[in-house]
Amino acid sequence: MASSTPRSERPPDIARAQVVSAVVADRKRLPALPRSAGPYRRAWWRLRRDRMAMLSAAVLILMGVVAYVVPLVIAIDPYKQSLRDSLLPPGSAGHLLGTDNFGRDVLLRLIDGGRVSLTVGLIAVVISASVGGLVGLVTGYFGGWVDRILMRIIDVQLGFPGILLALVIITVLGSGLEKVMVAVGIGGIPRFARVVRGSVLNTKGELYVEAARSIGVSDLRIMFVHLVPQTLGAAITIATFGLATAILSIAALSFLGLGAQPPTAEWGLMLSEARKYLRTAWWLAVFPGLSIMLVVLSVNLLGDAVRDALDPRVSSTAD
Amino acid sequence: MARFIARRLVDSIPVLLLSSILVFLILHLVPGDPIDAMMGAASFGIGTPESQAKLVADIREQLGLNDPLPLQYLHWLGNALRLDFGESFIRHQKVATLIAQRLPSTLELAGAALVLSVVLGMSLGIVAALRRNTPIDGAVMILSLAGVSLPSFAFAMLLILVFSVTLGWLPATGSGSLDRLILPALVLGYEGTGLIARLTRASLLEVLGREYMTTARAKGLPPRILVLRHALRNALIPIVTIVGLQVGRLLAGSIIVETVFARQGVGQLAIDAILQKDYPLVQGIILLTASAYVVANLLVDISYGFINPKIRTAS
Repeated sequence: MASSTPRSERPPDIARAQVVSAVVADRKRLPALPRSAGPYRRAWWRLRRDRMAMLSAAVLILMGVVAYVVPLVIAIDPYKQSLRDSLLPPGSAGHLLGTDNFGRDVLLRLIDGGRVSLTVGLIAVVISASVGGLVGLVTGYFGGWVDRILMRIIDVQLGFPGILLALVIITVLGSGLEKVMVAVGIGGIPRFARVVRGSVLNTKGELYVEAARSIGVSDLRIMFVHLVPQTLGAAITIATFGLATAILSIAALSFLGLGAQPPTAEWGLMLSEARKYLRTAWWLAVFPGLSIMLVVLSVNLLGDAVRDALDPRVSSTAD
Repeated sequence: MARFIARRLVDSIPVLLLSSILVFLILHLVPGDPIDAMMGAASFGIGTPESQAKLVADIREQLGLNDPLPLQYLHWLGNALRLDFGESFIRHQKVATLIAQRLPSTLELAGAALVLSVVLGMSLGIVAALRRNTPIDGAVMILSLAGVSLPSFAFAMLLILVFSVTLGWLPATGSGSLDRLILPALVLGYEGTGLIARLTRASLLEVLGREYMTTARAKGLPPRILVLRHALRNALIPIVTIVGLQVGRLLAGSIIVETVFARQGVGQLAIDAILQKDYPLVQGIILLTASAYVVANLLVDISYGFINPKIRTAS
């Protein structure tokens, strides 16, 4: 009782159970101990009770299905031009949301654009998460001067408007959808690195990590088998918000003419092209704008709910 | 206080150095020779191959591109500190001159947006806090949520559609007059307005629940004095933080807003420069924007020290 390190305050049976389960996890031939529901399953239960989160998820799943599955089932051509049918208003025969200046169907272009936005946004997040996660894992686990220098650089990058860095990268790489994707992906690295590093720092002192090390588990295996699952919660939250940011940034950069190039159906680019027809064809601007807003709003609401479900202690009630 | 300010100043040096290195490297990271980029833009193959080769060698020597990279950097940084970013590849004018021409328009826009978001955001936040759980409160919260999710370029087009195309009240594009400033300032400021409204509401609600507010109410103070003098002042610190963060957001956001409304500002100049591969111009604009951002953050940090004496000694 006299020594009061946090570890010795832990009830001994829980500490022992942790050691045992760490050993068990690394010695597959022993039968796994019966366990109660893990933190991720409990988070999932909490998330499922959140009506706003389920609604957002439903919207996103629906959009995903429309964007990825519909083109497989029905042959659609968002690039088919028909000058005779140009600038038809919404509700015209065969064109539910109207047509653009080339007579291309707006609905089909929105569907195709959804696929582009979701795919490119997801890849950008994967870039940020894999590089940022790795940097956070390594710096958090090993520490030392590499950690200090990298964290210093990341602090600098975090304190910067993301678009400036994206512009620097695009200046170097040139414009284009893939390049914007890379630029936005790089811009998201520091946030992941910081969060993963923080959570590794929190967990690497735990008894079960020490137990794993004491039975001779390698650093690599400790990092990926024992530490990575602990960092997932925080990483998932960051990834959800990151997807919203990535979709927005890519649309914004495409709107500026730095990303997707015509005739690609990309929501930001569609909005930009709609500027010339604002006086005559409002639907060209309104539907892509609404699409972007719907996706980003859904992802943001889902992100809020995921954060609350994974960490109920800091749940942001009401405000 | 002097020591606190000095430490903050020293802290911001690495940020500035790192961003200057990044910006410097642009010219050396672009694929190919920077001279090619410059020549390609300047003279489209005029003269014999020999004379061209000689010209390239001359320019290379003149610009010091034969020096080792660190030396080039120091030379470039020395010039940049004197606001000399060289000459634009395309426009054949000093980069500093080009930026200076466009700066007033951008500052006007950013200033208007900042004032708008602070005044509107705080008013909405106060109303939402005082009329908690009423439809007004709900409307303000929905507005602020939309502010985070609706991209500025889409909002801009919505405003143009309503106020310029349909109602014909305000011009859609251009710069130079007050009526041309309203829509861009609204667009640039609305994201901040939502954030400030949310934060003001939360911060004010927290203060209103404190015991000294009950005391003040029990004394029979009129509600106006109660809210403005006793509650708002104590709710101010988180609001100042977010206002400080807005400065950086405004600088970055102006790039998009200026493009939508075809305003002749620095942001639009930046996009043109990137598309035309006018590297010195890109370097100048990005370095200046980054520096402005760092200075703004520095000022916010220092202002904390004035608002809350605890911060001076604690950190």
